[in-house]
Amino acid sequence: MVWLNVLVQGILIGGFYALFACGLSLMFGVLKVINLAHGDMAVVAGYVAVFLTPHLHLPEVWSFLIVVPIFTLVGYVLQRTLIQKSIDRDPFTTLLVTFGLSVVIENLLLEIYSANGQTVNIGDLIAKSWHPASIIYVSYVSLGVLGVAVLVLFILQLFLSKTGTGRLIRAVADDREAAQLSGANYRHIFGIAASLAFATVALAGIAYGMMTQFAPTSGGVNLLFAFEAVVIGGIGSLWGTLVGGIALGIAQQFGAHINPQYQILAGNILFLVVLALRPQGLFGRRTSLA
Amino acid sequence: MSETLLEVKNLVVHHGQLKAIDDVSFSLNEGEVLTMIGANGAGKSTLLRTIAGLHRQTSGSIFFKGEDISSFAPHRRVAKGVSLVPEGRRLFSSMTLQENLQVGAFHAKKGPFTIERIYELFDWMAPRRRQRVWQLSGGEQQAVAIGRALVANPKLLLLDELSLGLAPIIIERIYSLIPEIIAQGVSILVVEQDVAQGLAVADRVHCLLEGKTSLTGVPADFTPEQVERAYFGAGLVATTSREGES
Ligand SMILES: Nc1ncnc2c1ncn2[C@@H]1O[C@H](COP(=O)(O)OP(=O)(O)OP(=O)(O)O)[C@@H](O)[C@H]1O
Ligand SMILES: [Mg+2]
Repeated sequence: MVWLNVLVQGILIGGFYALFACGLSLMFGVLKVINLAHGDMAVVAGYVAVFLTPHLHLPEVWSFLIVVPIFTLVGYVLQRTLIQKSIDRDPFTTLLVTFGLSVVIENLLLEIYSANGQTVNIGDLIAKSWHPASIIYVSYVSLGVLGVAVLVLFILQLFLSKTGTGRLIRAVADDREAAQLSGANYRHIFGIAASLAFATVALAGIAYGMMTQFAPTSGGVNLLFAFEAVVIGGIGSLWGTLVGGIALGIAQQFGAHINPQYQILAGNILFLVVLALRPQGLFGRRTSLA
Repeated sequence: MSETLLEVKNLVVHHGQLKAIDDVSFSLNEGEVLTMIGANGAGKSTLLRTIAGLHRQTSGSIFFKGEDISSFAPHRRVAKGVSLVPEGRRLFSSMTLQENLQVGAFHAKKGPFTIERIYELFDWMAPRRRQRVWQLSGGEQQAVAIGRALVANPKLLLLDELSLGLAPIIIERIYSLIPEIIAQGVSILVVEQDVAQGLAVADRVHCLLEGKTSLTGVPADFTPEQVERAYFGAGLVATTSREGES
């Protein structure tokens, strides 16, 4: 029963990792950009939720209604300007530019909001949980985040496989030149993919702030987990990202149960084992996104 | 005399230091098939990719229907009516046959070629439209690549190495489509390794040798020896037929 609870907690936290990771996966799968500022963008979303929504007389729970559209727009603009400029140079430049962004964001946040921890206030919902059995403890917030993660992945999957624009995104991911020869303006498609990635990272940042405290430097460790979830699940596979996130969550929870110090270590070991035995990830196919 | 559709003027294209296309000029009239021949590395693919906009020329210009499209991005050239079937087919490997055609049709202009029309042209396609393209044979993939370009309803179809790696019977079947495509008001610029096959369909031929024009004109005006010389580079003087100068 104790182990069952460990498993449940692993799955719950895995949902968050998947939500956090799918934007990273999209950016890499379509744009071939490893966004090192991904974690920091999520943190920014958290700050926007905490500091902007009260001005709008909106409960912080509903902050995503404001933050997600803002991030969708910012994602497109940032892609069409800064990130595209660096893609046009070479892949190494994109690493430098996103790393630079990450540093700038962290420092700005520290400057403006100090290193104090913040949370997205969701009232007494934070303490509520469901006990299907005496020792199994399911926090409503975590369950909600898992639900949102599954819903987001489902919608993304549907969008990519069923709509014309979604198909163009996959076409650009498969073969950028061939997509151009089919009439696609790949920069615009890149912008749309970045919009989607930023929308999901906004949700992930708000979810994080609901689950726990965050600070200007919280992005880094989450980026690591997201990266591990993507690689474990298989680059380019959205459902793989969910499975990867959950596998990572379970490994971490089991590690932590043995010794709290082993939490991150256990996740890293799973990551290395998958990388060694199945470098394409659990669900990785050659080049597919859908 | 029909209208000039494509006019390439003094085109020079580099790959880094290498001059892959060296002062090439030619034109293509509406309703014509122009075959581009030349040995490996002569610059044929570079020329087609530059016309399609995937490469930028160092100098010279490309006119399409009288408009200078030299600086247009590839997708804008597609919108104008220039579609390239690239060397190696370059299908979207994670997608089904039908999805490949749907991508081609997404930004398509109005015209005779719809996905349904492609399914009529290749009757094996419809029952297999949900197959992933990597499950198809080379010839079938080539047909999908042609279909994907045609559904955009181009005025000018650029075909790079249609027959590469395909069995003779398949090549013949693919070439038998050309009159049908021309009949729909499409002009064709085809790059071909198989010189005999290429010349058989050509209204005009253009031979490249190390990036330079080594022969241009009407196939009937050349002896096989002349073509061979232009192809392999025994003679260094460009050969031009009377009509080729028009
Ligand atoms: N991307 C590239 N970078 C550098 N050099 C290139 C590139 N593509 C082609 N080249 C060089 O440019 C020259 C022309 O190549 P191109 O592919 O256009 O020839 P081709 O006539 O199509 O040959 P083939 O019959 O083998 O397809 C060759 O010397 C080739 O090595
Ligand atoms: Mg070639």
